[in-house]
Amino acid sequence: MSATDKGKSTSAGLPARSGNAKVMNRTDLTRRLVARLKREEAVIGGIGNTNFDLWVAGQRPQNFYMLGSMGLAFPIALGVALAQPRRRVIALEGDGSLLMQLGCLSTIAAVAPANLTLIVMDNGIYQITGGQPTPAAATTDFVAVAQGCGLSSSAWAADEEDFERLVDAALAADRPMLIAARIDDKPGAGTTLRDPVQIRERFMRGLGVRGA
Amino acid sequence: MQAKDDAQASWHEIVLATFKSNEVKLVTYVPDRVLTPLIKALHADRYFTCFATAREEEAVGIVSGAWMGGTRGAVLMQTSGFGTLANALASLAVPYQIPLVMLVSERGTLGEFNWGQALVARTMRPVLDSLAVEHHTITRLDELEFTVDRSIKQAVATQAPVALILSPLLTGGKVFKA
Repeated sequence: MSATDKGKSTSAGLPARSGNAKVMNRTDLTRRLVARLKREEAVIGGIGNTNFDLWVAGQRPQNFYMLGSMGLAFPIALGVALAQPRRRVIALEGDGSLLMQLGCLSTIAAVAPANLTLIVMDNGIYQITGGQPTPAAATTDFVAVAQGCGLSSSAWAADEEDFERLVDAALAADRPMLIAARIDDKPGAGTTLRDPVQIRERFMRGLGVRGA
Repeated sequence: MQAKDDAQASWHEIVLATFKSNEVKLVTYVPDRVLTPLIKALHADRYFTCFATAREEEAVGIVSGAWMGGTRGAVLMQTSGFGTLANALASLAVPYQIPLVMLVSERGTLGEFNWGQALVARTMRPVLDSLAVEHHTITRLDELEFTVDRSIKQAVATQAPVALILSPLLTGGKVFKA
């Protein structure tokens, strides 16, 4: 942990709220996630770096990239999961985005779709706007929040291997869970092509809703 | 006037039946007193998946995701809730061309007793107009089915959001008891 925990943003109290979780890298974790997807799982990438790294990890037709509506990755994923109960749905969200819409964790726990997995990439900062710490940075444990909302099997990823293990477990689970990963302050490794209609149409084809 | 049996149906029965005939199966909402009979009836009907959300933006996100997954939905809210939606409309529903159906119980007019409701209500139509979102204010029971039915069909056909504003003239509104 000490070797990777040298960014000024990630030293703002993260260890106290995420146990001994290792500080990892969003691009690497997103690639690891996508590599484990073999069954045309849907992936919703939240605004900013979260969907930029999803784009970089491979432009699957089952990926949806958010260019706005900060905080709505989990709600959008819930809608997809309800519409397609036989498909696994994964939502990737940043910690700042999740803070905008914490109430959705209660909604998801109450609706409890078996096919929905939530992943929060937590660096404690608004990286894309200049690295300002979030109000949660020093004090808030997102796994504890998710558990308190009723997503009882939520967990911190201790390291990369643990992240992969948690993803595998979530993809086989019969209830939604949140996986939280501590990440460094690096920006996304690319930029999503900003064409919302094309993104939406391609996603709907990828989900089999539209003909080819 | 329409046929007698239509005239006898209440506004919420007409909305529910019109949702059903247009295969609107998912309804998310932040509750409102006036909407209560509709919400109860939707919960009681197994055709619908119906649940409350913590915020209206969340309800919009869920219905947008469901549309992309092949299920039609609608969001129920009050005028004050619509007041929280400018960003979700401007950065999700409108640019991604999602046929988001919004049913708004109108507060703030025709006997409003809360100044804040009266003020936020005045922001609703300018926001809709500024984004060129189709909207209709429904005041008459005999125009309700036509307006809801055609608006859902147009939203889907043109891949555009629509707001259906339920006037106190239709619903009775929320009454201040002095």
